[in-house]
Amino acid sequence: MSALPNPLALIAGDKQADRVVPPAGFTARLTIFTAAAMAFLAVFALALMLATGRIADSWGASLAQSSTVRVSAPTGQVEAQVAAVLEVLATTPGVAEAQVLSDEDQRALLEPWFGPDLPLDTLPVPKLIAITETPEGYDTAGLRARLAGEAPGAVLDDHTRWREPLVRAADRIRLVGLAALALIAATTAAIITLAASASLAANAQVIDVLRLVGARDTYIARAFVRRYTLRALAGAAAGTVFGMVAVWLMPAHDSSGGFLTGPGFAGLQWGLPLLIPPLAAIVAFLATRRAAFATLRERP
Amino acid sequence: MIELHEVTYRYGGAPILGDVSLKLTPGSFHFLTGPSGAGKTTLLKLCYGALTAGQGQVTIFGQDVREMSRDEVAMTRRRVGVVHQEQRFLDHLTLAENVALPLTVSGRPTDADEVTDLLHWVGLAGQKDSHPPELSGGERQRAALARAIIMSPEVILADEPTGNVDWEMSIRLLQLMVELNRMGKTIMIATHDLNLIRSAKAQVQARVLRISKHQVHLAGADL
Repeated sequence: MSALPNPLALIAGDKQADRVVPPAGFTARLTIFTAAAMAFLAVFALALMLATGRIADSWGASLAQSSTVRVSAPTGQVEAQVAAVLEVLATTPGVAEAQVLSDEDQRALLEPWFGPDLPLDTLPVPKLIAITETPEGYDTAGLRARLAGEAPGAVLDDHTRWREPLVRAADRIRLVGLAALALIAATTAAIITLAASASLAANAQVIDVLRLVGARDTYIARAFVRRYTLRALAGAAAGTVFGMVAVWLMPAHDSSGGFLTGPGFAGLQWGLPLLIPPLAAIVAFLATRRAAFATLRERP
Repeated sequence: MIELHEVTYRYGGAPILGDVSLKLTPGSFHFLTGPSGAGKTTLLKLCYGALTAGQGQVTIFGQDVREMSRDEVAMTRRRVGVVHQEQRFLDHLTLAENVALPLTVSGRPTDADEVTDLLHWVGLAGQKDSHPPELSGGERQRAALARAIIMSPEVILADEPTGNVDWEMSIRLLQLMVELNRMGKTIMIATHDLNLIRSAKAQVQARVLRISKHQVHLAGADL
C-alpha cells in the first residue's frame, strides 16, 4: 500500500488510468446526491451553531457588564438609602457608571406587564440603580458587604443567575452542533463507502483483468478513489451553495425570535461553509481508499 | 524461470496437486494435459502467483511467491503473459485499448503503431476499433494472446486457449505460440486436446506433462 497521493496529482488525474474504470452507474448518482444533501445539512448545522453561540455570547456579554442595585426601604428612607448606595458605588473600583432609573424608565420597564397607566407614586416599587462595569469588573462580595453596611435595603443583582444558564445553554448547543457535524461526516463516509464498495463489487471483472495484466493495487484503487473524491467534491459544492443561499434567504435576526430567527453567518463566518466541500472530499477520499484496498486484498 | 518444488495444493481440504515438482526453463515449450478437474488451471495459477501453495515452494524469476508482496506479484505478471479459455476484457474499451492495457497499467507510453502491428500479426488489424462484445470466440482468443505478449513477457501461460474455437482457429493459435517460442519465449499450454498436441509436436520440440492422481508425469511416446 502506498503513501497518500499528491492531492494535485489526484485532481489532475491520469487520463489513461481514468479510462480503465467503466463509466459510472447508480453509485455515482448516489455519491453526488449524498454529498450534496449532507453538505446542505452541514451548512445549516454550522449556521445554527454559530448563530446560537453568537446570540448567547451577546446576551452573556451584555448581562456580564451590567448589574443592578434594588433599594427597598420604608417610605421616607428610600432617597437616603439611594444616596448612600450611589456614594458607595462612586468609590467602588470597577464601577464605570451608576444611574438611578427615573420613574419614566421604571414605568417603561413595567409597562409590558401592568399597562401604561401604572400609578408608580402610590406603589411600593423599589428604586433601581443600573451599574455599568469597567472591563475589569468589581469585587461582588466586597460591594455586597459595603452595601449591607451603608444601605440595608439595597440588594445587588449581578445577573449571575441569569447569565450562567445562558452560557451553559450556549455551550451545550455548540456541542450539539459539533456532534451534528460529526454525524453528518460519519454518515457521508458510511454512504460513500457503501457506494464505493458496490461499485468495486460491480467491477470485479475489471479488477480481475487489471490484476491479470499487472496492475498494482495502488493503480486500481487510485482510479476508483479519484472518481469518488471528485464526485463528493462536486456534490458537496452544489449542496453548500444551495445551503448558503437557503441560509441567506432565512428571516433576519429578531431579538423576539431568539435563535429561531437569523440562523445565518456574520461577516467572515460566510467563509466557513466553503470548507465543507474540501472536507467532504477528504472524507470521501479516505472512505473510498479504505473500501478499495479492503476489496482488492480479497482478489488474487 | 518458474519452478515448483514439492508443491501441494488443496481446495477445501481435498488435494488437487500433491508433491508436484516442475521447472520451466527459458525457451522451453510445455503442454500440460489431463482430464477436466485434474488441476491444470490450478497449476497454471500457481505459476503466475494467482494462488499460493499450501506446501512446497513456488519460485517465479527466483522469487518465492510466499514472500512476494502484492505489488511484487503485480510486477511479476508483467513478465508472464496469461491467456485464459474464457477471456475477459474491459468491454468499454476498444480492442486496441484492451491490447495496450498492460502498457497502460505499467505507465509505459502506448505506441499505436506497435499495437497495430501486433493486431496485424494476430490477424485483427481490421477490428482494432471494435469493442470486445463485437468479437467472435476466435478473435477474442487472438486478442487475448496479443494482450498477453504486448509487454514482451519471458513466459506465456495459456489455459485451454483453443477450448472455444474451431480446429482451424486452434491451429492458427498454435502457430502463433510456436512463432513466439521460436522468438525465445517460454510457453506452457494447458489443454485436453491431444490432436493439438500432436500437431504441435510436428513443429516444435515440446514436453508434454500429464496430470494424473494429483501428480505431474512426463507423458509417454503415445503423444
